Amino acid sequence: MTAFAGTLTLTRLALRRDRIQLPVWLVGLIAMAMATASSVTGLYDTAQERAAYARTNVTSVVSRVFNGAVTDPGIGAITMVETFGLLAVLTALMSTMAVVRHTRQNEETGRAEMVGAAVVGRYAGLTSALIVAVGANVVLAVLFASALLANDLPAEGSLAAGAALGAVGVAFAGIAAVTAQVSESARGANGLAGSCVGLAYLFRAAGDGLAEPGPSGMAAESAWPSWLSPIGWGQRIGPFHDDDWWILAVYAAFFAGLVAVAFVLTAHRDVGTGMMPVRSGPATASRGLLSSVGLAWRLQRGVLIGWAAGMAVMGAAFGAVGHDAEEMLGGSDDLTDLIGRLGGGGSLIDVYFSAMMGILGTVIAGYTVQALLRMRAEETGPLESVLATAVSRPRWMSGHIACAVLGTVVLLLLTGLSTGLAYGIATGTMSDLPGLMAAALVQAPATLALAGFVIVMLGLLPRWSVALSWAGLTVCLVIKQIGPILELPQAVMNISPFSHVPALPAGDVTVVPIVVLLSAAIALGALGLRAFRRRDLAY
Amino acid sequence: MTDAIRISTLVKSFGDLRALDELDLTVRTGEVHGFLGPNGAGKSTTIRVLLGLLRKDTGDVRVLGGDPWRDVVTLHRRLAYVPGDVNLWPNLSGGEAIDLFGRLRGGLDPSRRADLLERFNLDPTKKCRTYSKGNRQKVAIVAAFASDVELYLLDEPTSGLDPLMEAVFQDCVNEVRRAGRTVLLSSHILAEVEALCDRVSIVRDGRTVESGTLAELRHLTRTTISVETAGPVSGIEDLPGVHDLTVDGTHARFEVDTGELQRVHRHLAHLGVRSLTSAPPTLEELFMRHYGDELEPAVTGEATAAVR
Repeated sequence: MTAFAGTLTLTRLALRRDRIQLPVWLVGLIAMAMATASSVTGLYDTAQERAAYARTNVTSVVSRVFNGAVTDPGIGAITMVETFGLLAVLTALMSTMAVVRHTRQNEETGRAEMVGAAVVGRYAGLTSALIVAVGANVVLAVLFASALLANDLPAEGSLAAGAALGAVGVAFAGIAAVTAQVSESARGANGLAGSCVGLAYLFRAAGDGLAEPGPSGMAAESAWPSWLSPIGWGQRIGPFHDDDWWILAVYAAFFAGLVAVAFVLTAHRDVGTGMMPVRSGPATASRGLLSSVGLAWRLQRGVLIGWAAGMAVMGAAFGAVGHDAEEMLGGSDDLTDLIGRLGGGGSLIDVYFSAMMGILGTVIAGYTVQALLRMRAEETGPLESVLATAVSRPRWMSGHIACAVLGTVVLLLLTGLSTGLAYGIATGTMSDLPGLMAAALVQAPATLALAGFVIVMLGLLPRWSVALSWAGLTVCLVIKQIGPILELPQAVMNISPFSHVPALPAGDVTVVPIVVLLSAAIALGALGLRAFRRRDLAY
Repeated sequence: MTDAIRISTLVKSFGDLRALDELDLTVRTGEVHGFLGPNGAGKSTTIRVLLGLLRKDTGDVRVLGGDPWRDVVTLHRRLAYVPGDVNLWPNLSGGEAIDLFGRLRGGLDPSRRADLLERFNLDPTKKCRTYSKGNRQKVAIVAAFASDVELYLLDEPTSGLDPLMEAVFQDCVNEVRRAGRTVLLSSHILAEVEALCDRVSIVRDGRTVESGTLAELRHLTRTTISVETAGPVSGIEDLPGVHDLTVDGTHARFEVDTGELQRVHRHLAHLGVRSLTSAPPTLEELFMRHYGDELEPAVTGEATAAVR
């Protein structure tokens, strides 16, 4: 067992390093779960309301794609639909980031080398990272189950729901254990694992979107694609309905398989290297690299290409589902009601697309935040050498901002394009393509306003900027996804710039919010630039 | 001749920590100036203020006649910087990084670049992530010396270089000195400073404690003398400026303030000198004298341990 020597000490070290981060994640996730669960209980307190909810879910592709398929018209099943999807994604990210933080990031910074020189086994680093991640998920599972129990939901269902959420986190800890071996940088390992989370969300959404309605019309059975997703498995446990505990065995096998692969990979590589061979580069720089904006583009293009591929697939998937949605929508009264509440004036399919573009726009803001935060990574690394040359701070910063902003616009247009093309191919007419591209592009002002917030954080609070920027995006996502069900006051909803985006193609283009959002973006960006120019470099 | 760098009563605090406490530093145009001090004395902070990376709290700082915070871009065209801890982009090759720094500074001399790569034995096609610390250091050194600038700010530039490369580095510094350029060299390697520097400033706890040519600084310290005389040694302890005297019959060993050397020699001549060695203070001793009170407890501790 010498290969595991030192595991316990490294685990304690990891817990010490995470003593703030992990509790913040856990408390945040549980607070969100409790708020949503109690809100659902209040909203659907009669059998009639619950039946209406279930019928809407069964008939509405939109509702199923975003939240999941309802398994029965009980309050427990409805709570699952309203809480599980978003919680599962965030739990997956908590796990992957924790594992990468305690494995590849240690290797990249050279800490693993120092630790490895002590009496520490080959597998100790990875094992301790997995112990911490799995431990956090066990705590989360217990807390989630308790939160549901506290909401007077049945005991077995609550336990099953807690287990399902924890199992999703454990599965993604396993995925990150492998991506941390494959990629040479922590950023790459997080990116690969994040793509897996996105893919899992996509398969889950596709499976639920294509779900078959049950005979009662008040339950739907997810289609096969959700079997490809660890998030989908969690829903298939069916808490408060079947409580299919055996699916936990699928998670166990999946996790065991991934961990075995990760151990084999660890045993067959050198510390600090990845699985890809390092090639040599050019002896001289090409002209394109030789400016601060050229450098920014070089540093950012990889991330953009990854996102472009992901968003093209996602847009196409949602576009293709749009055609099925149209066929299934028919003349449901509940749905007409839903559209009335959303306030859209267009057809059902337009409402579907405007809701979808709203979500995709918020997701793409993830790219914007990631691209802008590259500046913080540079600041703790090579930036001082760059600023010691004849590059002014505003010029350096605007190069990165330009890449992030243009990248965002490209991603939005690409998403609109792939959605429109897939929908056009499915329906046989391309007439909706321009409208869908406009619907995607209209998200840009909101994304840029969030970008302005990130730039202000970089300028004013550099050491906190990374955490605060991601927190800002999370607030936008939460407001978008569960703001309506939480019945948040409008004043709170208005915090998110995405609450002000015109709902194209269902609604009309309104100029005022676009102008206001763009002005806010410019004002915030200018404030951030000014603050950055006036402060010390924060190493 | 004007001064390339002039700093007076510079103060810079980070929170409660006063990193620079009324520091003074003058570097004359065309000289190689050694910047000495223990870890955490404020050398890097001073250089970062000179580069406009950190903002001074109070005091007066001029670089090449300009204000380093305000005139960043124009000043940086005229200077080159080698950091002590070189951070590069892992996915760029060394050659790309050198070209990039050169271009951003305003251009570099391709033939000089090729020459330096050869002398430093650096493979420019390797990705920066595969470079060792010494090789990353070489990338920054090549990028700096391939640029035609007036002032070189070098912050412990040779940490991580092997002795062969250290010699190449010293050649480079001598070349730019001959070309009339100015160099501020922060270093821990005292032999390097003795070999290269015209003048030296020693900082400690954010203050300059000593500044001048090596000859001037030597004058302020003690010479070690070991002497054997014809008769018993006597009377030395009464001479001014004598320290740490040990007498063993006809043999004596002591330190003397260099200013009092003449008087001591005259006294020894009366005693009849049989053999005499006199060691001028090394930079090490200079250095130790200024940090002595920090080192002494450790030394005493070691000595006690050895006795046990």
